[in-house]
Amino acid sequence: MQREYIFPGQLIQREAELKSQFLSHVEFVPEGERIKQCIQCGTCTGSCPVSFAMDITPREIIALFRAGEIQKILNSEAIWLCVSCYSCQTRCPQQIRLTDIFYVLKQLAIQNKIFSKTIKVHQLRETFLTMLNEYGRLNETLLMIKFILKTNPLKGIRFLPLATKLMIKGRLSFRNKGIKNKEVLRSIIKKSKEISLPVEKFKPSYKEDAVGYKAIS
Amino acid sequence: MEYTYYPGCSLHSVHKPYDISCRAVFKALGINLIEIEDWNCCGATFYMSIDEVTSIAVAARNLALAEKYNLDLIAPCSSCFTILNKANKFMKNNETLFLSVNRVLREVGLEYKLSVRVRHPLDVLVNDIGFEIIKLNVKKSLSGLRIANYYGCQIVRPDKYFDDRENPTSMDNLFEMLGAKSVYYPAKVKCCGGMLPTIKEEIADDLIFEILYRAKENNADLIVTTCPLCQMNLEAYQKKVEDKFKEKINIPIYYFTQVLGVALGLNENDLAINKNFILSEKLEKIIKEESTLEV
Repeated sequence: MQREYIFPGQLIQREAELKSQFLSHVEFVPEGERIKQCIQCGTCTGSCPVSFAMDITPREIIALFRAGEIQKILNSEAIWLCVSCYSCQTRCPQQIRLTDIFYVLKQLAIQNKIFSKTIKVHQLRETFLTMLNEYGRLNETLLMIKFILKTNPLKGIRFLPLATKLMIKGRLSFRNKGIKNKEVLRSIIKKSKEISLPVEKFKPSYKEDAVGYKAIS
Repeated sequence: MEYTYYPGCSLHSVHKPYDISCRAVFKALGINLIEIEDWNCCGATFYMSIDEVTSIAVAARNLALAEKYNLDLIAPCSSCFTILNKANKFMKNNETLFLSVNRVLREVGLEYKLSVRVRHPLDVLVNDIGFEIIKLNVKKSLSGLRIANYYGCQIVRPDKYFDDRENPTSMDNLFEMLGAKSVYYPAKVKCCGGMLPTIKEEIADDLIFEILYRAKENNADLIVTTCPLCQMNLEAYQKKVEDKFKEKINIPIYYFTQVLGVALGLNENDLAINKNFILSEKLEKIIKEESTLEV
């Protein structure tokens, strides 16, 4: 890849785009702008139950964001490992809504079609959303079967003893009747996707120079 | 008293026992639960990572349907509880979002005015109904039972809903009042791994093991939980982590409504206790006992 030379205090084109996408999403998060108040104390990383398995930790993610390295964050495994336990967000002394910001990063990665190769959460989500669009409700049994068939049927065999046990206890059902007004829900999903609010609509005051770097557009 | 009720998808399939016991407990206390007609999946954590407007709109349909009753909404599943609360919070915070969601809802003949309060059954039991009324309905004492109260993540965080975020005590107090001993349990708000056992099991094992081990270490007879996913992870993968960490644990995991139901004199079928994998001998004994307390 050709290296793009930039002056200090400037972002390369790709980073500038990502940053503006990011900021337009953060707009939705209540008090999302608090991200600029991070003091890099590491409480988030210390509280995170899965940080031991992350390639970059939550604290490093904010540091990378500040350094104008959003691309690096999106390529990481870390954002897909977050299990939404909200420990970081609860304990952050600066009250940064970190778990919600992780969602923003996931959105950004999905928008730019960047997915983790080892963590199959993407396939699980696809299966989940297809079922939701189709029936309006989930059936965990069918969800798991479809997910296993989609990813690794051989590895899925490890779930067999559990499935048998659940079946004996009468906790499995293979029918998803769904909701009555499936059409209504589908139209809600379709319409709300259309009004995905355009970036230009939001010109937050903190957008420029918020994290020490000015984005060139 | 009356409440609207949003069971969610989990409680309609694998976690039927939670649904059954929850309804039974409220019925025994004389509270009417009205299930929202034709509710849809809340979208869980997955829609949130695709698009805000869609995720909020999917959740808001349920809130709009519930609003017609003008009652508080009970959501027993921790994930539904968080998502519905989050939808409320995001819409209150951002007017553009609120208006866009309502524009979508209006096209299908719905409207949401942000007036629904989303509550967890534990919150309703402890703070609305109160210990006095529960006490009047108690048929059996749980004395001798050592309980580890596991709250999980999403009913105590991220915002302060009805209990402390680091050391919640409402469930501890509830079971102490019923005669049981709530043991010291440092893992009470630790994460069980959520959907990780499905997608990255080796990490989930560590999390599950700690939660189970801390209960065993403090000689708990059973763990009670408020979340369907936690119940599944702790119960279904218990054998696996026992083998992996070479530590025999064998501790039963109950939904908190099942144990509360036992104290209210309900039988095994009312609470669907037989559908659990591991049963507590002590609790089974209490179920078989005749009512000992005077009503």
